[in-house]
Amino acid sequence: MTIERIDTCFSKLAAEGKTALIAYLTIGYPSIEESFECALAALEAGADVLELGVPFSDPTADGPVIAAAMYDAIRGGGNLRAALEVARRLRERSDKPMVLFTYYNPVLAFGEEELVAAATAAGLDGILVVDLPPEEGRGFRDAAARAQLAIVPLAAPTTGADREPRILEGARGFVYYVSVTGVTGTGEAPLAEAGRQARALQDRSGLPVVVGFGIDGPTKAREVAAQGARGVVVGTALVRAIGAAAPGERARSVADLIAALRAGLDRRDGVA
Amino acid sequence: MTQSEPTTTPEPRRRPGYYGDFGGRFVAETLIPALTELERAFEDVVRAPAFQAEWRQLLEHYVGRPTPLTRADRLARAIDPEGRTLGELWLKREDLCHTGAHKINNALGQVLLAKKLGKARIIAETGAGQHGVATATAAAVMGLPCEVYMGAVDVERQAPNVARMEMLGARVIAVESGSRTLKDAMNEALRDWVTNVRTTHYCVGSAAGPHPYPELVKELQRVIGDEAKEQLLARSGSLPDAVVACVGGGSNAIGMFGAFLDEDVRLFGVEAAGEGIATGRHAAAITAGSVGVLHGSRTLILADEDGQIIEAHSISAGLDYPGVGPEHAALKTSGRAEYVVASDREALEAAELVARTEGIIVALETAHAFAALGQIAERVSKEQGRPARLALCLSGRGDKDLATLRRHHESLTRETSA
Repeated sequence: MTIERIDTCFSKLAAEGKTALIAYLTIGYPSIEESFECALAALEAGADVLELGVPFSDPTADGPVIAAAMYDAIRGGGNLRAALEVARRLRERSDKPMVLFTYYNPVLAFGEEELVAAATAAGLDGILVVDLPPEEGRGFRDAAARAQLAIVPLAAPTTGADREPRILEGARGFVYYVSVTGVTGTGEAPLAEAGRQARALQDRSGLPVVVGFGIDGPTKAREVAAQGARGVVVGTALVRAIGAAAPGERARSVADLIAALRAGLDRRDGVA
Repeated sequence: MTQSEPTTTPEPRRRPGYYGDFGGRFVAETLIPALTELERAFEDVVRAPAFQAEWRQLLEHYVGRPTPLTRADRLARAIDPEGRTLGELWLKREDLCHTGAHKINNALGQVLLAKKLGKARIIAETGAGQHGVATATAAAVMGLPCEVYMGAVDVERQAPNVARMEMLGARVIAVESGSRTLKDAMNEALRDWVTNVRTTHYCVGSAAGPHPYPELVKELQRVIGDEAKEQLLARSGSLPDAVVACVGGGSNAIGMFGAFLDEDVRLFGVEAAGEGIATGRHAAAITAGSVGVLHGSRTLILADEDGQIIEAHSISAGLDYPGVGPEHAALKTSGRAEYVVASDREALEAAELVARTEGIIVALETAHAFAALGQIAERVSKEQGRPARLALCLSGRGDKDLATLRRHHESLTRETSA
């Protein structure tokens, strides 16, 4: 399936007039088993795409909430291998697109070609490598392209018009637009502007553009969607909800937040 | 799409920003345009005569350059009493720079550049505090606000430098995440930079990080080697057999090596072996590390099989870092430079010896380079069949380490009297 699964998902949502809801979770937080349950809950409660975050010891693009979750996840045995295994188990239960969200050093340690093979076997559809700009990792990109695995590019508010073609070259699946100069979990993202930028980038690239960073609930999700972005990513808010919930209540706290986001988006989209 | 047709053309060997297979620019997209801007400014501004003239003026009249070259005969005889292996020993005195270490060369250059680029704010990471003090100093003299990220462990063990930074008007932010040392300070500085990238210059202290930092820092530090080379030729009539420097991220070493890369001079970097390589508690990324990506560059790092960065260990805060600048990784791989190690204990002992024989209290970082002189002289003299002539970069003074040095001294005294 791979890229095709992502394409089908966005086409279907577009036909229904719906905005994609993308859930990010740090795999291994608070334990590998609970992150599996939370991910499954997110998918069942209405997330359209799942991002499986691979814990890394030095996550420089992440704010304190996700950084702390990664620290705990690593201590609990979380790593790239565990994330692949969680993906494989989720694939048995769900047919929705799943993307691995990782830093580059765990990829290098695993082996680039080996990861492409393992990700495909696990039923993943794409990989987003936070610290791998388009100038780097050509071998990895080529291997992913051969396997029909989407390498999801990042675009940022600082990305100028001169640089955009390089980011979009060979891009498949969707583009992740970072709403703000900052790390994940920031409270002050200019979301309406991000939504407009995403819409414009969509028109230029012909690919769905989703917006992430700073979306913590239905109100902000709607604000982004109102400008025409094709999807919103919610990460820190989910990780925070998991951390705040009592053991045994964690999957339900994820399901509740996803349901609220889904309802908020659908109300805006006029499909509820 | 064209991407599905794999290209068979290998990546060119001399890519910009790369030293062999090492270097590059591995950061989130948000920072790439800022690095491109810095790269352009490096070419257009830093290399231009007007900037060079202004910076050289500062180095001469503010820093106190050129720094002296000191011949260290008493130390040489203490290391090798019969003069069989160590013939001559020369010390390039970066400890005599304003603020007490080579770090000021780079900090003044970068803050001057930031000012010319219209940046309103300076941030830096620091381990031993020497780069933090240097950046706070440069920011003060150029009238820019400065914030310095420092691991909480280092805030404690390098207290005098925290006081100096605050006295200079900088805000010191203690980093409580991860190992609470230099690597985590750098993580936090990168997070600040990604947030404030439009207004802020990140003054990286070592010849590490994403391109163009390794090249920029080397350019600003090569004054060390350039001066040393000229002084050695004038004083001793010839180049040394080898130059020696300690290596954490590797800025003083690359600054010293720069002038000798194309000469028939051996290059020795000394890494921190901490409690011993075999214990796993060390900071020797070149000697005992593997290829990986840390803080924006592909280099040699300490990481586990999952790719998680391993915490480094060294008594010296400035060497307590699980990576190294990419050019050192390339110099090691090509064999052009050789890298050896010195342990915590060896460094402490060397610091005592240098103090007593030469009257210089050296930084614990520098003490590692001194600690390796015996083995380096042995190796070089053996291969040459005559006593070695060595030049060492004395990268910084040890006032900041007095508490640690003092504790070691007292424990030695107790051992002797027991």
